[in-house]
Amino acid sequence: MNITAQDRQESFVTSQLDGLIGWARKYSIFQYPFVTACCGMEYMATACSHYDVDRFGAGLPRFSPRQSDVLMVVGTISHKLAPVLKQIYNQMCDPKWVVAFGVCTCTGGFYDNYATVMGIDTIIPVDVYIPGCPPRPETVLDGLMKLQEKIQHQSSNEISKGRLVQS
Amino acid sequence: MSDPEANGLTSFVFHTDFMILEKIKEKFLDDVLETSDFRGDLVAVVNKDVIYDVMEFLKTDPTLQFNVLMDLTAVDYLWQDRFPRFDVVYHLFSLSQNLRVRIKAGVDEKEPVIDSLVKLWPIADWFEREVWDMFGIKFKGHPNLKRIMMYDGFQGHALRKDYPITKRQPLIGPKN
Repeated sequence: MNITAQDRQESFVTSQLDGLIGWARKYSIFQYPFVTACCGMEYMATACSHYDVDRFGAGLPRFSPRQSDVLMVVGTISHKLAPVLKQIYNQMCDPKWVVAFGVCTCTGGFYDNYATVMGIDTIIPVDVYIPGCPPRPETVLDGLMKLQEKIQHQSSNEISKGRLVQS
Repeated sequence: MSDPEANGLTSFVFHTDFMILEKIKEKFLDDVLETSDFRGDLVAVVNKDVIYDVMEFLKTDPTLQFNVLMDLTAVDYLWQDRFPRFDVVYHLFSLSQNLRVRIKAGVDEKEPVIDSLVKLWPIADWFEREVWDMFGIKFKGHPNLKRIMMYDGFQGHALRKDYPITKRQPLIGPKN
């Protein structure tokens, strides 16, 4: 029997399967911490035992893009670094998500100069924006839960498109 | 002031004042254009042609021994009706004598060249590359004068006052 994309979206069984996959994925987030600046301190505060991202299943940072699902871009991205960020993103396997951590990654923050990228969404697609300079751990956890929600409600069809960013 | 040894004072105490500037003036005469002492912050403005000699003197003179180049940077005085346009600023520190002094040398945009100090202090290598990158001032005798912060292909020098404040030169992503 051939299952078309339409069948997948409509049939009772596969929609439940999506739910199961989403549930599994959202509680096994392997993050790649792309930490460049002071937001990294707040990222560490969130990751450690006081706030503890492990409660959300996101306690295992991987330092290889090949092994990670969520690219956490933490800190200012300069134009010099932008090609590196794009390459890291392209090296990650699907399904993958991107979190912009702090205002510098969201919009450039208070930087408006020759050196800074005005928001990483000019380079790669972003799923969740966490504002703050730097964001408090509560804000980070809120963003993380928003991301989990998004992962839960994404159908496996939608994810497996495969997104390669060309320059 | 009399001889410090005669008073039983150590040279350490004696040299924490303007005598550093006196020594420079005595040695380099008309090449010292200006000196000032603002609440113990000593500044000497010297002719850029003798910068290497001045620095070598400050480093090797046994009563001074400025063995640390704390900082080397530049200032752009564009639109302030001033000649020369740039100042290259050197901050020196003497570990053994516990002295500090600031040396400035004017450099104009028509010929933005000054002698490199890499032979005296190896740290000057990166400082001078930074000043070249940001202000476009060349350092004669530098072994590897290329950009240190901005990428190859970056046009202009970003900290010059006439670098357009909105000009962006992204490697990838949207242009300006």
